Amino acid sequence: MTRFGFVPDHGLDWLEASGEHSDVVLSTRVRIARNLQGHAFGSRARINDREAVLRCFRRSVERSQMLKDGTLLVIPEVPVRTQEILHERRLVTRDLLGPEGSVPATSAAIHFSAEEPVSVMVNEEDHFRMQSLLSGLRILEAWQIVDQLDEELGREIPYAYHQEFGFLTSCPTNVGTGLRASVFMHLPGLVLTKEISKALRGLGELGLTFRGLYGEGSEVVGNFFQISNQTTLGRTEEDLVDDLERVVRTVIEKELHARQVLLRDAPALTEDKIWRAFGTLCYSRMLTFEELMNYLSGVRLGVSLNILPDVSVYTLNKLMIFTQPAHLDQAAGRNLSDDERDAHRATLVRSVLANDGDVSSGASDIQGNRTN
Amino acid sequence: MAEMKCEQCGSLDAVVHLTQIVNNEMSTHHLCQKCAAEKGLQGSEDPSSHHLLDLIDKMSGGLSDASHLEAIQCGFCDLTFGEFRKTTRLGCPQCYEAFGDQLPRLLRRIHGSDSHAGKIYLPPDPSASEMEKRLEGLRRKLERAIQVEDFERAADLRDEIDSLALVKEAT
Repeated sequence: MTRFGFVPDHGLDWLEASGEHSDVVLSTRVRIARNLQGHAFGSRARINDREAVLRCFRRSVERSQMLKDGTLLVIPEVPVRTQEILHERRLVTRDLLGPEGSVPATSAAIHFSAEEPVSVMVNEEDHFRMQSLLSGLRILEAWQIVDQLDEELGREIPYAYHQEFGFLTSCPTNVGTGLRASVFMHLPGLVLTKEISKALRGLGELGLTFRGLYGEGSEVVGNFFQISNQTTLGRTEEDLVDDLERVVRTVIEKELHARQVLLRDAPALTEDKIWRAFGTLCYSRMLTFEELMNYLSGVRLGVSLNILPDVSVYTLNKLMIFTQPAHLDQAAGRNLSDDERDAHRATLVRSVLANDGDVSSGASDIQGNRTN
Repeated sequence: MAEMKCEQCGSLDAVVHLTQIVNNEMSTHHLCQKCAAEKGLQGSEDPSSHHLLDLIDKMSGGLSDASHLEAIQCGFCDLTFGEFRKTTRLGCPQCYEAFGDQLPRLLRRIHGSDSHAGKIYLPPDPSASEMEKRLEGLRRKLERAIQVEDFERAADLRDEIDSLALVKEAT
């Protein structure tokens, strides 16, 4: 069993709902991609390349203020369920773990800083991917943390850098700054008032893109959207970050306006929707993850509109993470079948919500499995 | 799901599966890429998959010597342009030079630019010219920090500029 105690706040401080507009923006993530000079990128790297990349990283960690007291996990040495838990907490990508059921590639690793909310994936598609994941809308802050780490590592690691194209990456969509900033937003107001397409239209022209909650090609679940920059070349990092921030703030305004429209034009219907979602979660005996996400969307809207004042956004954020398959298996102490998971999920949700959304009592349930 | 048709146009395969609550009823909609995009449900452009493939295809499709292009190979990692077209991933830093003007063309299509404007990298043991480039970049950053009245950052940047300038003089 791998303990999560060494990961600051168990890698979950991004759930704390502390940042600005945290009822609309769940989290902000900024990552940058870097590669080691003279070695093939992830997809073509041989074992020698991968080992050299990890060795080089380990050396640089010793001289990095931000990383030296942190924790390095070499993925093939980590139990499979722990790998999945890290993935469900959005701390590692599927790419780093390799296809489900396969043995993770040699020298794939993740390093968590003990000082700052920042981590580095080693031997992913690119050799190094540094990311900062923060609660709420904090794009500039996340960028500055990652930038500072990049400065430290760049003094030690000879990066693949081109005078014309900037930082070289495996995928040409990342070249230049290597920067991807993304913001996870909950936009039920815009979906319910059918304004969502209008609100998100034209993002492409601004060099931005959006997609559903879970990664590439996934369905849009629970009215959650991720907005991120699409272009990485030809602009400064600060401009990329500013543009995203500006657009996200506009979308937030539109979302808050749409929520007021719902309350004004259809108060009974809106309240009914919210209470039914809450009621379903309080009494269900079986819940699929998709169902849960959709009902959580209604409850989250209710919390934001102060219709469900006793539930906290923090609780809702945690429910999203702790109801995923590997987390449920971990809490149960064994691998559950799909039906069993649906039942365990419903039980966990009931027990957390039955405490009037009391974070501490809900968290004690959760605490048990997050430190194991 | 493979055979499912789009419920909007009925002709193309449904590739976007949207689940939502309407009137507290959970419903699922199955749409093709085009109809989903029209409804604003699918990201306008997914940077890492279909869209990039399209761009690369368009780029080489219009060329009469496409087969010649396919065979161009990176001397360092042996990746051919044809393989790159399939995987959309480059093999190593040298690939950026190996595929000649294909890469800048592709970058212009993806990013609207083929020229880096961000951080100037200062490698370990830098040359004088690398230091000068880095200084230029830092001065740009400093100007900006002052503009947005981020004086703490401006002070840090000034320190960095001063110390780098000293190192440069000494070498």
